[in-house]
Amino acid sequence: MKAFSYQRATSPMDAAAKATVTPGARFIAGGTNLLDLMKLEIEAPTHLIDVNGIGLDKIEKTEEGGLRIGALVRNTDLAAHEDVRRDYGLLSRALLAGASGQLRNKATTAGNLLQRTRCPYFYDTQQPCNKRKPGSGCSAIGGVSRQLAVVGASPACIATHPSDMAVALRALDAVVETVDAKGMARAIPIADFHRLPGETPDVETALTPGELITAVTLPKPAGGKHIYHKVRDRASYAFALVSVGAIVQKDGSGRVALGGVAHKPWRVEPADALLRRGAKPVIEHLLADAQPTAENSFKVTLVERTLAAVLAEARA
Amino acid sequence: MKFDTPATTNPIDQLKVIGRPTDRIDGPLKTTGTAPYANDRHDVAPNQAYGYVVVAGIAKGRVTAIDTSRARAAPRVLAVVTAQNAGPLGKGIFNVAALLAGPEVQHYHQAVGLVVAETFEQARSAAGLVRLDYELAPGAFDLSTASASAVKPKDGSSGPADAAVGDFAGAFAKAPVTLDATYTTPDQSHAMMEPHATVAVWEGDRLTVWTSNQMINWSAGDLARALGIAREKVRLVSPFVGGGFGGKLFLRADVLLAALGARATNRAVRVALPRPLMANNTTHRPATIQRIRIGCRRNGKIIAIGHESWSGNLPGGAAETAVNQTRLLYAGANRMTATRLAVLDLPEGSAMRAPGEASGMMALEIAMDEMAEKVGMDPVKFRVLNDTQEDPEKPGRPFSQRQLVKCLELGAERFAWNRRNPRPGRVRDGRWLVGMGMAAAFRNNLVTRSAARVRLDNRGVLTVETDMTDIGTGSYTIIAQTAAETMGLPLEKVAVRLGDSTFPVSCGSGGQWGGNNSTAGVYAACMKLRDAVAEKAGLDPAQAVFADGQVRGGDRRLALADIAGDAGLVAEDHIEYGDLDKRYQQSTFGAHFVEAAVDAATCEIRIRRMLAVCAAGRILNPKSARSQVIGAMTMGVGAALMEALEVDKRRGFFVNHDLASYEVPVHADIPHQEVIFLDETDPISSPMKAKGVGELGICGVAAAVANAVYNATGVRVRDYPITLDKLLHGLPA
Repeated sequence: MKAFSYQRATSPMDAAAKATVTPGARFIAGGTNLLDLMKLEIEAPTHLIDVNGIGLDKIEKTEEGGLRIGALVRNTDLAAHEDVRRDYGLLSRALLAGASGQLRNKATTAGNLLQRTRCPYFYDTQQPCNKRKPGSGCSAIGGVSRQLAVVGASPACIATHPSDMAVALRALDAVVETVDAKGMARAIPIADFHRLPGETPDVETALTPGELITAVTLPKPAGGKHIYHKVRDRASYAFALVSVGAIVQKDGSGRVALGGVAHKPWRVEPADALLRRGAKPVIEHLLADAQPTAENSFKVTLVERTLAAVLAEARA
Repeated sequence: MKFDTPATTNPIDQLKVIGRPTDRIDGPLKTTGTAPYANDRHDVAPNQAYGYVVVAGIAKGRVTAIDTSRARAAPRVLAVVTAQNAGPLGKGIFNVAALLAGPEVQHYHQAVGLVVAETFEQARSAAGLVRLDYELAPGAFDLSTASASAVKPKDGSSGPADAAVGDFAGAFAKAPVTLDATYTTPDQSHAMMEPHATVAVWEGDRLTVWTSNQMINWSAGDLARALGIAREKVRLVSPFVGGGFGGKLFLRADVLLAALGARATNRAVRVALPRPLMANNTTHRPATIQRIRIGCRRNGKIIAIGHESWSGNLPGGAAETAVNQTRLLYAGANRMTATRLAVLDLPEGSAMRAPGEASGMMALEIAMDEMAEKVGMDPVKFRVLNDTQEDPEKPGRPFSQRQLVKCLELGAERFAWNRRNPRPGRVRDGRWLVGMGMAAAFRNNLVTRSAARVRLDNRGVLTVETDMTDIGTGSYTIIAQTAAETMGLPLEKVAVRLGDSTFPVSCGSGGQWGGNNSTAGVYAACMKLRDAVAEKAGLDPAQAVFADGQVRGGDRRLALADIAGDAGLVAEDHIEYGDLDKRYQQSTFGAHFVEAAVDAATCEIRIRRMLAVCAAGRILNPKSARSQVIGAMTMGVGAALMEALEVDKRRGFFVNHDLASYEVPVHADIPHQEVIFLDETDPISSPMKAKGVGELGICGVAAAVANAVYNATGVRVRDYPITLDKLLHGLPA
């Protein structure tokens, strides 16, 4: 860990302004990922801006009948919130499928969205990694890749996004609200928030330097059955091999997003239209461009079978 | 005390204290966070500095340049130790690779330096500034290819590389029912909770290290060898060890580097290995490839059994002795076992919980399940049929105790094994396919010298000192129970001090030999003390009765406290063994039963319940013994379902080197465990009539899980760990 300076922000705009003043600054909220990365010097911010305690920890109803979730709402509180459990069960279930109780107590909504990949080569600073050190190469390609991406990857990076929560938000058509140093607010649809690796896997989101997430909004409830099915080698406290987040209506229509397969929560809207025809056509569409490695090609089969089980559960 | 004839009735048989499920006497220290583990030893020396290890980023080659200038210039850095400035270093006899490398690099994350600074954060930050240039050398990293050039290793302490009886090839060729299958087990990491950590202090030419180590005497000796100083100048202290599993049997880099850092700075220096370095910097259980051939008559009698194992290690390293149990576990007139060793440039392979048998049983007990199915027998009955009551390689040589059949049959009854459907893939519970599997458990019992010193004071308190370690096993408690039983004292009148190289040399903790041998050594010392007490009291030692803190003889009754007086009474002795372990085969036996469920869609595997039945001699403390066995069963589930160090075969290292990516079971994976100990004593083992149990608990578990998964699904997986991707193809959705 490199030495760094630290200050508390007084408001969201103040936080963004402070971040703009100090190049190399990072926001810190729960710190459940950032601190680990700093210890390994994968992240080496010169300055930390603490965004706790600036009023971003509320869950409110929106005028449109949806929910606005403050960026600093803890994962535990979000999963347990009455409206979330009633109207957005997918989100509650995805959150509870992730991490551990202790981590969820600390981890925040925005921090969860911004958590970085768990690719083991990203974590080993002795190894090349384009995400950690642009231009150094990808040591995961041709290496140990069982956990890594099968679709949307690039010759520069085959990392996955590790979040369960983000998969639910993608299926729920969430919107990420931000503010920048000038006080300009903008709303980024979740589909556009995370990026594919392309040539620049180090650039992971649509956020500009200094831009601060203030909230995540959900549209009015979509109804239907909400199912989050996470598949993993051990029963708890493991990242998904694959996960399926689905909202299925009585008529069999619905939406589906996948976790554990790509650099971002994976949803292709036209595939939703195939849900009534069963898992196979949906996955064929979702993973039409899949290029799995020899070690992770099983994910293609696995995710189809998982979706089939989800659809069967929805019908039951 | 020499133990060379089977034990007769002795004070331990009173079972007033021994054999009771006593809570750990060190439990309150641990549950209140006050047990002093190595990295907590802020108390032992003032003004401690912090060392952070610098490691190699290549698997094999040379460091061509090492630039420490930026690190040395970093804030409050006190010293940077490398092979260039450390002075001449020797190597411990228990180490294969150097603990401080340079210029040659023998494996990934091998230590090449230590940065010492005023704070941990400053040391860690400066360590990142050390620049290393390398010259890469090609290495061998893939056991499946390296095994082609494997050779017969020299015979080790656990037996010859090759053994043969009768005509295996001929009998196997003629056998009406045969199995010829190959199994693989992966590299595994000890993943103990407490990382390796040391505080080192020099006082003149004398060195003291507070560390975390299973074998005090081995490691104190190796530290002296590594530093090139006299053994008497080294004191090694390790009273509490937060798990070892074999990973702390030997001197590791934290100890040597702390000593070097302390010497370079003339300060007390502490070094802890960061978790992400442990998998590659320290040792691991080596991967194996195992071929098993079994030939049976149609009635299920084994007439030929062969087991070959290939593993790899650094040059000079040992082979994983995965075939040893096959020499002893089942009958059969024609037998062969063979161990082969390849050179691999991966980190150093070494002992991990039940080295040899744990890996060997993973394969053998799947093979037995496969063979039972081939001959159309129940797997329990098949094993019972092929039981042997003598060493199958040396007919006439008996086992000291062998209650395998009772373990199998009692386990089957308690587990309701008769409800198992022998046809695989037939039992469904909602989305789950459910199956039952079982395996025999087998681990040898090792006897070895162990010493202790006991001191009785004028308060009637007995203090035991031995360099025995408690690695979470319960040594403190069973040693206190042994001393209390032998001296006729209540447990609270016994104090136990462990893990200090100034104490008499014990057996240490490893190979499940610690419990039996260390308590036998304490028993020997206490028997000597009884003689001294009787003599001082003017009583006949043979007639004196020790009970309730007193000694009685004739009509006299004296308090031990009074006899000890202000001067106290001290006795020191050790247990040593004759040839009983040659005349009798001493082993521990058991049976593991597992019910597992497999998700029909995702093929996720979840354990439902487990049972172990163990025959391991006298159980000194059923509570701590049960803890040992359920821990071992949990570790066996890890081996079965998830634990594998993933090798990057291009770059030569274990990729998943932290606890996020090297998965071990969590609570949710282990819903229900039951342990039954047979009421057994083994008078041929020691005066305690006890044997080891902590490693018996893991041997066979993984195979029982594998067999349960097969019974659930009909898909036979022979490559561990059994992960869902290996079932998907065989289980149509």
